[in-house]
Amino acid sequence: MVGIEVQNVGDRMASGNYAENESDDFHRRLMVLRVGLLLVVALLSLRLWHLQVWDGAYYLDLSKNNRTRQVLLEPARGLIYDRNGVLLANNVPSFSLYVTLDEVKDREQLIGQLSDLLDLDPVLIRKKLTAKGGKSLPRKIKDRMTLHDAVLIESHRLELSGVMVQVESQRNYPGGGMAAHLLGYVGEISADQLERPEFSGLHQGSVVGQYGIEKFFDRHVRGQAGQKNVEVDAHGNEKREVVVEHPQAGNDLYLTIDVRLQKVAEDLLGSESGAIVALDPTNGDIWAMASRPGFDPNVLSRELTPKQWGEIVQDEGHPLTNRASQGQYPPGSTFKVPMAVAALESETMAQYSTVSCNGGYQFGNRIYRDWKAVGHGAVALHDALVHSCDVYFYTIGQRMGIDVMAEYGKEFGLGQDTGIELPSERSGIMPSTVWKQKAKNTAWLPGETISAAIGQGYVTVTPLQMASLIGTVANNGVSYRPRLVHAVMDRTTGNLQELLTVPRGKIKAKPETFRIVKDALADVVTKGTATRAKSSLVTIAGKTGTAQVAALQTGPEESIPKKFRDHAWFVAFAPVESPKIAVVVLSEHMGHGGAAAAPLAKELIETFIKLNLSAPAATPGDPTAKPARQASEPL
Amino acid sequence: MMDQLTEVRRFDSFDLRYVGLILAILGLGVLSIHSVTYDQQGGVAPYYLKQLMWISLGAGAFLVMWVWDYHSLARLAYPAYALVLLMLLFVLFEGRASKGAQRWIALGPFSFQPSEFAKLALILVLAHYYSKAPRRGWLQRVILPGLLMLPGLLLILKQPDLGSGLSFVAVFVVMLLMVGVRSQALGVMLLFSVMLFPFVWEGVWGSLHDYQRQRIMAFINPDYDPGGKGYHALQSKIAIGSGELTGKGLFGGTQTQLKFLPEGHTDFVFAVYAEEWGFLGVFVLLALFVTLIWLSLEIASKAKDQLGALLAVGIVSMLSFCVVVNIGMTVGMFPIVGIPLPLVSYGGSATITTMASLGLLLNVKRRRLSLFY
Repeated sequence: MVGIEVQNVGDRMASGNYAENESDDFHRRLMVLRVGLLLVVALLSLRLWHLQVWDGAYYLDLSKNNRTRQVLLEPARGLIYDRNGVLLANNVPSFSLYVTLDEVKDREQLIGQLSDLLDLDPVLIRKKLTAKGGKSLPRKIKDRMTLHDAVLIESHRLELSGVMVQVESQRNYPGGGMAAHLLGYVGEISADQLERPEFSGLHQGSVVGQYGIEKFFDRHVRGQAGQKNVEVDAHGNEKREVVVEHPQAGNDLYLTIDVRLQKVAEDLLGSESGAIVALDPTNGDIWAMASRPGFDPNVLSRELTPKQWGEIVQDEGHPLTNRASQGQYPPGSTFKVPMAVAALESETMAQYSTVSCNGGYQFGNRIYRDWKAVGHGAVALHDALVHSCDVYFYTIGQRMGIDVMAEYGKEFGLGQDTGIELPSERSGIMPSTVWKQKAKNTAWLPGETISAAIGQGYVTVTPLQMASLIGTVANNGVSYRPRLVHAVMDRTTGNLQELLTVPRGKIKAKPETFRIVKDALADVVTKGTATRAKSSLVTIAGKTGTAQVAALQTGPEESIPKKFRDHAWFVAFAPVESPKIAVVVLSEHMGHGGAAAAPLAKELIETFIKLNLSAPAATPGDPTAKPARQASEPL
Repeated sequence: MMDQLTEVRRFDSFDLRYVGLILAILGLGVLSIHSVTYDQQGGVAPYYLKQLMWISLGAGAFLVMWVWDYHSLARLAYPAYALVLLMLLFVLFEGRASKGAQRWIALGPFSFQPSEFAKLALILVLAHYYSKAPRRGWLQRVILPGLLMLPGLLLILKQPDLGSGLSFVAVFVVMLLMVGVRSQALGVMLLFSVMLFPFVWEGVWGSLHDYQRQRIMAFINPDYDPGGKGYHALQSKIAIGSGELTGKGLFGGTQTQLKFLPEGHTDFVFAVYAEEWGFLGVFVLLALFVTLIWLSLEIASKAKDQLGALLAVGIVSMLSFCVVVNIGMTVGMFPIVGIPLPLVSYGGSATITTMASLGLLLNVKRRRLSLFY
C-alpha cells in the first residue's frame, strides 16, 4: 500500500493540470466529507437504535394493534321462561352500527354523513365517538337498525371508512308488556355502571339488565363476551378473522310465575292503578305479580331519546314503579290480621273477651270513629275481624302499646325487605317509639298508637309484604322468602340447577292462635265484609282493607277527587283447609276493599284452582311439583 | 516493494471486496423485495425475478463502465447529457404518468426513468467541465456549471420528481465544494440563496403536487393525522421500530405483509428490511454501505487525475445522499421525498444507473495504475 501511495503522488505530479497544492486542498476537503458522512451515519444509527431498541416494544405494540381490529362478540343473553316453560324473554337478530375511530379519516365528516343517512342526532353520535375507550375498539352508534338503514349503510361503505354493520342479538319480550315489572328491561351500560366493580369486564356498548329480573340476575343472564381479531390491511380490508374467544351465552332462568295466572291478574287490574300478588304460602314461590300501569320492555330496551325518557319518567301514573314491591301504602284494616295474632299471643285480650263498640273510641279529648257509625255492639275477636270493628282494635292497640305491635309486625316481616329477587324493593314502615325518635326526632304520641292499630298513621306496607304476611298466617306461622326464580340452567354445562327455597323462620305463636284467626278470616268471606269474594269452587279466607289517602274526606265517595279516594285492599288465601295460594289485591283509589278488591282476588283464586285441577304440571296435593320443561313456545 | 508495481493488476483483492460488498447489498435488497411482493401479482414476472434481471443488466453496465477508459467516456459527456435532456423532454410530453407525476418512458413491457440516468450524466458533465481547464473565478467555477445543471434540474422538477431534483442539486453542490469555492463566492451564494428563498419557495411550493405538500406538512408533525397525511411516515416508523433488536424474520414483518406500509418494495424497502431483520440487520446493512462509500472515497482520494477524482466524488456524493436521505425519511428524520435506496430498492433505472456508476468508480481506481500497462 505504501508503494502505491508513493506511486500515486508520482502520478499526480506527472499529470500536469492537477497541481500539488490543489490536490492537497482536495484531500483536505475529502477529509471533511468523510467526517461529515460518518457523523450523519452515526446520527442515523442513533435514531435507529432509538426506534428499534429503546422504543422497540412500543412500536411492536403499535404494529400488533395495526394489524388487527378487535371485534367483541356479544354473548346471547340467557332466556327466561315461566314455570311451565313458556318463553318470556329471548333474543332476536338485529343490526347494529359500529364505528372504529382508528379507521375514520375525518370524524366530523363522518358524523355528518351518518346523521344524514340515518337521521340521527349529530350531537349524540359525537358524544359516543368522543366517549372514553380504545380507538381500535369499535363503538356502537346505533342498535336495532331497520333493514333499510343497514342496507343504506352497506351501499355507502366505500365512503364510510371505519363504519361497520354487525348482526347482533337483541333482547325481545314476546309477551310485550306482560310481567314487564318482573322481567324488567335491558339497556346499554351507562358510564356510571362502567365504573362499578360488578360490571367489570364490560365495555361501552355492552347490554346489561337495567330493571327487574334482568337487572337482579344480570350476572347469570349476561353471559360472557367473546372476541375475534380481524386482520385488516391499511385500506381497512378484512384479510382474515381469528376468533380468540367464543362468546358464552348467559344462563337461562326458570321463573316461578305461571303466565296464565299472571295474565289474569293483569287483566283484572285493567286500566286501574294497583297491584296483585299471588304466591304459594308453602314455599314462597310467586305465582303472579302484576302492577299497573305498566310498560313495554321491548320499547325500553331500545335506545330512547331523552324526550321519550322524559315522557316515561314524568308520567303521573309512574308506569316504571313496580307497585307490588315498591309501592308503599297504609295497610288499613288488613293490618288487623297481625293485630289479632298479637292480641292473642301477647295476651292483651282473650279469645272471647268482648269490647263494647258504640261507633267511636274516646282517647283524651278526641274521638276515634269506627267505620260503622252506629257501632258493632259488644264484639269479641272473631266478630271484630269478620266485621272489621275499628273500636275493638283501637282498644287492644291502646292496651298493648306501639312497641308490642311493632314486635309482632316485624315477626310478620313488616318494615323490612322481603328479600325478593328484584332491585330496589321498598320496606314500608313498621313504626315504634324507637323508630319515631330516630326518624322524626320526637317522642311517640299515645294517640298515634290508636291510628296504627287499624293500619293507618305511620304504618305503610307493600302489597308483596302483605302477600307474604297472609301466606304466613295461612301456613300457620311458617314463612318463606318470596322468590321468582326456581331454577337456573347453565348453558355451558347444560345443568339445570334447582334453587332451594329459603325458609324465613316461624312465628312464635300457638297453633291455636292461627286457627282462631283463620276461622275468623274464613267468616269474613262467608258472612263478613268480603262476601263478594265468596266462591262456589273453593273456600276462601281473607280480610278487607280500606286505606285512607287523605285525612279529611266527608260526603259521598263520588264527590271526592279520585286521587284522594281510599285504596282498596284485600288479602286472602285458599283453600281454607290447606292453603295453596295467598293473594293480595291493592286497587289504588278504588274505595272499599270489600267492593273493589275482594272480587278480583276471588277471580284469581278461581283461575288458580281451575288451572291446577286440569293442568298436569301441578296435581292437587302437590301443586309445587317440578314444572314440566316444555319446548319453549312463544306467547 | 517496487516489484509489485511492475505487475499489471487487472483484478485485485480490493476489487473483490468491492464487488462482494455490492453483491451483498444487492442480495439483501432482492430478499426484501421478495418478502414484500411474494404474494402479489407483479405483472410479467415476480418482482424479485425482475429485479434480478435489472441486476444482470446493471452488471453489464457495470462491466462496460469498468472497462471503458473513463477519459474517452468523459469526452462523450456533453452528447450524453444532451441525450438525457432530450429524454427528459420526451418524458414531459409523452411520458407515462403514475401518481400524478410523469417520469417514465415506456419501452416495450418496461419503463425507464431518465431522471436516474440524468444524475450520472450530470456527474460526467461536471467532472469533464472542471478537469478540462483550471476554472478560475466564480463565473467559471459556479455560474457556468450551474447553468449546465439548470435545464436538467428544471425538467426533473417539472415532472415533478422532488427526490431526483434534490440529488441533482446535492451532486452539484458537493462537486463544487470539492473543486473548491472561495469563501467569498460561497458567501455571495449563500446570501443570494437566502434573498431568493421566499420567491423560489413560492415557485417551488406552488409547483408541487398536493401529495408532495402533504408529505412535507406531515413531516413537521407525522402523528397529527395517522389516517391521512402522516400515514407513510408513521407506518414506516412503526415497521422499523417493531423490528426491535433481532427483527421479525424474513416474511415475518406484519407491517409489510399486511400492506400497512405502502411502497414497501421501492422507496420504503429499508423499513421492510428493518422490520424483518431488526437493529442487528440494520447495523449490518449500514456497515456494508459505509464500507462501500469508504472504499469509494478511497478511490477518489487516490485517483490518478482530477477527472477521476471528480467522477469518484460525484458518484460517492450521489450514492451517500440517496442512502442518507432514504433512510432518514423512513425513520422520520427527513420529509418523504421519494428517493430509492441504492442497490436495495426495486427499480430498473436506478439499479442500472447505480451499478454503472460503481463500475465507473472501479474504472477510476483501475486507471491509476495504467501507466504500467
